[in-house]
Amino acid sequence: MRILVCVKRVPAPGSRINVRSDELNVDTAHLGFTTSPHEECALEEAAQIIEEHGGTVTVLTAGPTEAEEQLRYAASVGGTEFVLIPNDSGHDWDPEHTADAIIQAISGLEAAGGEFDLIMFGNESADAGGYQVGVRVAVALDRPVVNGIKGIDIAEAGFTVRREVDAGYEVYQFPGPAVLGIREGINLPRYPTMKGRLASKKAEITIIASEANPGRQTKVRLHQPEERITETKILGDSADAAGPIVDLLDELGVL
Amino acid sequence: MGEILVLVEHDRGEAEPSAAEALTAARELAAAHSMSPIAVLVGQEAADLQGVCAEYGIPIAFCLTSPLLSDYGPEAWGQAITELAKERSPSIILAVGTDRGNEVLAHIAARMGLPFTANSLQIQRGDLWEVTRMQWGGSLLEDITIDTETLIVSYGQHAVEPGIAPLTTPTELITQEVDLDSNLERTIIRDRVTLTDGVTLSTASVVVSGGRGVGSAEGFAPLEELAELLGGRVGCSRAVTNNGWRSHADQVGQTGTRIAPEIYIACGISGAIQHWVGAMASKNILAINTDSEANIVTKAGYAVIADLHEVIPAVVDEVRRRRN
Ligand SMILES: Cc1cc2nc3c(=O)[nH]c(=O)nc-3n(C[C@H](O)[C@H](O)[C@H](O)COP(=O)(O)OP(=O)(O)OC[C@H]3O[C@@H](n4cnc5c(N)ncnc54)[C@H](O)[C@@H]3O)c2cc1C
Ligand SMILES: Nc1ncnc2c1ncn2[C@@H]1O[C@H](COP(=O)(O)O)[C@@H](O)[C@H]1O
Repeated sequence: MRILVCVKRVPAPGSRINVRSDELNVDTAHLGFTTSPHEECALEEAAQIIEEHGGTVTVLTAGPTEAEEQLRYAASVGGTEFVLIPNDSGHDWDPEHTADAIIQAISGLEAAGGEFDLIMFGNESADAGGYQVGVRVAVALDRPVVNGIKGIDIAEAGFTVRREVDAGYEVYQFPGPAVLGIREGINLPRYPTMKGRLASKKAEITIIASEANPGRQTKVRLHQPEERITETKILGDSADAAGPIVDLLDELGVL
Repeated sequence: MGEILVLVEHDRGEAEPSAAEALTAARELAAAHSMSPIAVLVGQEAADLQGVCAEYGIPIAFCLTSPLLSDYGPEAWGQAITELAKERSPSIILAVGTDRGNEVLAHIAARMGLPFTANSLQIQRGDLWEVTRMQWGGSLLEDITIDTETLIVSYGQHAVEPGIAPLTTPTELITQEVDLDSNLERTIIRDRVTLTDGVTLSTASVVVSGGRGVGSAEGFAPLEELAELLGGRVGCSRAVTNNGWRSHADQVGQTGTRIAPEIYIACGISGAIQHWVGAMASKNILAINTDSEANIVTKAGYAVIADLHEVIPAVVDEVRRRRN
């Protein structure tokens, strides 16, 4: 199996997401960064697939030079090859721009190393949440794509995948090469082992410069949603609060 | 006068809850911009939704038919609506940002070579399209402009309050056969598995949720007992699923489930923004936390500043006592 996983570096904010004074970027001065959660699960899934079936997992990200941190982390949890598409503009690219850059990179990687049997995306990026980069890539490559995937079975005939719906799941089935949008919960991502940490130090990162152009969508301003101000009523500071709590449940008609 | 094509979501002919939101949104947008709203019904079985369209005040509906549209398939649905859009050159192609809504619009945008704006709250037209949309699952908003004639856009789920506006005459139903490449059959649903007919996390009226403060998988036993007594469900934070204490199916938040119970009881959860967006639609929130400064405590309507391991068993006892 030759697998490609596309991951995005995103900030990990706490109780509030602050915006810089330019109103165009999240204030990340005191924040750590992480791999967007759905994609972390996509990478884990890819690692499990090659452990069972053999193969390689190429991990690709488009982002600032610092996104190397997420590629090195990927090396510590099962990635085998690493690609950075540098974006040093200081801003995220719009979704069409990102998709075009990834499509171009894929065509180069496939010309050099053969077709990817499976290309994995997150269902949506944690920060921008555009719900589209994976679909755009799949349509450009004319490969089957389904989002929201929480289960993958691999057989001779191709991929059988499950998508969660409210009361159960839907099953889709198609031959490779294919594209999937993965949801958190498909697995529990592993933590890096000692061996993994060593691999991460040694990982070689291929840089593929992008010639893609911006799309026709322009960010004007980031801002906070209106906050509901709530007066908090304290019901107690010990187990004695059980009485007032059950009074409340009764009042709300859920007792 | 432009047209608004609106996707009416359904599953094998049965309208999804988002259909009412989509039709209301299309009607209101059309009124605000002097456009005509047109419902798009995908598949022969959806023809029955003509009545729903009339109830929500949409005078014209296109029903797209093809042997490949008998059940949901993202590629076939996307291509079918793309064909209609090429023919009509609408000003707006609209849906509600459900899994299917966003997926189908992404396909249409990719096929038409246009931008797609997911999970919007406000749509305006100046010289350009001006849209306010949600980032971070709604924790942050983004204003964008889009420089195209046709706007492909989804409204965030529950961003529009559904409201009927019945027509006095039936909706005109125009059935249109679309010619789809047989290749698109590959992503049509093959099978379905039903796991539960009962209360789910997203429909429960009581959710008793635990975070890192619960301390272990076993620590959830009293929370389960309370949820059971109240006919509710147990939820949790991502710290809990990451520790392997509970399955991800129980996770509340941006990358978990969005809940809207009558009361959300959050035990040992700090209330990080990604957790909060999943819980904020709850009608009442009770936080049980040892830290009076925790984010969830300051945002909740009710709080108890104490050890959850003492409070929850006492609540279980009290519920039992009153019922006897
Ligand atoms: C992109 C992204 C997406 C995310 N998506 C989600 C998501 O969908 N859902 C989600 O939950 N998180 C999500 N997170 C993680 C989130 O940022 C937090 O890390 C997580 O919610 C913290 O979980 P917690 O509140 O249980 O733990 P903590 O933040 O560690 O809080 C534990 C709380 O328990 C209290 N406590 C400790 N002991 C006790 C006791 N004995 N009794 C009472 N109180 C006690 C403490 O005072 C504290 O407030 C996401 C993060 C990122 C970056
Ligand atoms: N900058 C990026 N680099 C690599 N992959 C990305 C990037 N942005 C988005 N993706 C991938 O595309 C998916 C969908 O992103 P989005 O359309 O922004 O919701 C994400 O889950 C990632 O897998």
